[in-house]
Amino acid sequence: MNILRIKAIAKKEFIQISRDPLSLAMAFLMPVILLFIYGYAITFDIDKIRTVVFDMDKSSLSREFVNQFHESGYFRVNSYVESYKAIDPYLDSGRARVAVVIPEDFSKNIRKGYNAQVEVLIDGSDSNTATIAQGYTLAIAEGFSQRMRGSRVTPLIESRSRVWYNNELKSRNFIIPGLIAIVMAVIIALLSSLTIAREWDRGTMEQLISTPIKTPELILGKLIPYFLIGFADTILTILMSTLLFNVPLRGSIMLLLGLSGIFLFGGLSFGILMSIAGKTQLAASQAALLTSFLPAFLLSGFIFSISNMPKPLQIVTYLIPARYFVTILKGIFLKGSTLKILWLEALLLTLFAVLVFIAANRKFRKRIE
Amino acid sequence: MIEKSMNENNLAVDVTDLRRTFGDFVAVDNISLSVQRGEIFGFLGPNGAGKSTTIRMLCGLLMPTGGIGTVGGFDINKESELIKQIIGYMSQKFSLYDNLTVEENINFFGGVYNVPKEKKTERKEWVLNMAGLTEERNALTRNLAAGFKQRLALGCAILHEPHIIFLDEPTSGVDPISRRNFWNLINEMSQAGTTVFVTTHYMDEADYCDRLALIYRGKIIAEGTPTELRKKYMTRDVLEVNVDKVVEAFNILSFHKIDAAIFGSTLHVVTDDAETSREHISKTLRESGVTVKGIEKIPPSLEDVFVTLIEVS
Repeated sequence: MNILRIKAIAKKEFIQISRDPLSLAMAFLMPVILLFIYGYAITFDIDKIRTVVFDMDKSSLSREFVNQFHESGYFRVNSYVESYKAIDPYLDSGRARVAVVIPEDFSKNIRKGYNAQVEVLIDGSDSNTATIAQGYTLAIAEGFSQRMRGSRVTPLIESRSRVWYNNELKSRNFIIPGLIAIVMAVIIALLSSLTIAREWDRGTMEQLISTPIKTPELILGKLIPYFLIGFADTILTILMSTLLFNVPLRGSIMLLLGLSGIFLFGGLSFGILMSIAGKTQLAASQAALLTSFLPAFLLSGFIFSISNMPKPLQIVTYLIPARYFVTILKGIFLKGSTLKILWLEALLLTLFAVLVFIAANRKFRKRIE
Repeated sequence: MIEKSMNENNLAVDVTDLRRTFGDFVAVDNISLSVQRGEIFGFLGPNGAGKSTTIRMLCGLLMPTGGIGTVGGFDINKESELIKQIIGYMSQKFSLYDNLTVEENINFFGGVYNVPKEKKTERKEWVLNMAGLTEERNALTRNLAAGFKQRLALGCAILHEPHIIFLDEPTSGVDPISRRNFWNLINEMSQAGTTVFVTTHYMDEADYCDRLALIYRGKIIAEGTPTELRKKYMTRDVLEVNVDKVVEAFNILSFHKIDAAIFGSTLHVVTDDAETSREHISKTLRESGVTVKGIEKIPPSLEDVFVTLIEVS
């Protein structure tokens, strides 16, 4: 393998990238924009669910009950209505997600020691919010009940739950590390998928393959500039995560960068393989996008938990490198995991990278066919 | 650079029954040819005749469907990567990098061809000089005029001083003066001992070559030096018929079973006896109302040769 030839190719690619504003924008702006948009847009946190109240009792007890909702911080009571019918427009338009209906015998029943029924209507069209709202509601009702009873019954087992690794259960912490994997997978696949197909399209490949250059030299030479760009992107997204989104980084940065490097190499080799296999730039970039983005988004465990998937799909996820990278990212960011824990993922990522690189070399022919 | 010693015949290129099919289509139909060291060998033919396919097979860019041969002593079927080390190739479609400067392109190919460090600068300056681009080294390649682009492409193909170069229609789309200059370059290289294998569809360039092969529909229909070809295939006379309505005259002559070919604004008629034919043609055209400005016997050009040969085949 001739280093000088690899250098010549890498240098040429660098010059071409730097003179192509579209490539540059894609390389540096896209990850920033994607992370920005997805980071701020995707959140599973429920905060201040808008609530409308129909209080038929209007007693101090009913007001206290409604106040519990408000005090919890999860609900925001911003409207009061005087009839059932008046509730519909609120829920239909989305101005409120939850409606609390308190019957007129509410305080009477409680003072007598009977059960009081409260009706809570929840907008289920966003089932995620609905489920959480339901949970909070039950908790509030239970808490209120206990206070009314005067906590006469002491439970035998008191559960105190603590959440590890993400105490505030901020979904952002859970999403952003995985998001880095998605963004990187897409960017590098797109960038590298064009490089070989473009030379065929423009006719420069014919000249190139008439020279003594060897296939591995050509592929490595083309990988290098994109690898460096991808690496810069990785650092950029890590910085954004920690500084902008306040995601904690509890593990070793060196390990993170090292394993990211392996993921990059595999992803780029994959993009180049698409570039070789696709006859045109269009075909190559579409293939690269489809096979990198969709599997990474849906099957990497980034948002949708793998263990909840049907068995056959779970097996498929083993083939997706983003899956291992997401585990690595979450592990290093949130758990401070070391190589000792992540060795299997690291090994599999390396294996993928090597196999795809070899495949790209095999697939490329220094011939016009 | 590995160099095998040339075989005894001193043949830079030697192929037998070279064949290439694409599905049912036969692009190159069992052609055999040989090129001496230091020769300028021209491969002439119309578009689609099989020139590019042939040259690509010789350069190892396309696998032959059949046939055997050597280029620079290396087997075209089994040693194509070794062939690439000792040849220079200039493809038909302009294939330097548009968004690189002149110098960057030269540097790139210098690196890819492994030009030794000591010779890098010398070769670069030589190419810049040869192409007339010494002052333009920082110009973007896409902004160059066509003539300069061709010379730069040639230069990049010979940075490593190969002994054999293959040029696929190097003068396409270039103005006549630049074409002449380009052929002067080729001559200089040939004088210096380089073997040049050129394809072209410009018949007038045939005279610049030492030897030629005429290719049509995948077959070689004639071979030899320009003079040999003229002598061998042009035993007949050529009359140049000057009229104002060329197409009409052509139709009339065809109707009277006189074989003519349109050459620009004149007609060429190949005939065994110039004098009798001249009268016959003149009379036929005048009777049909076409004004004849003149009919002259002219020396047969290779284009005439070619047209005749095609009609024969």
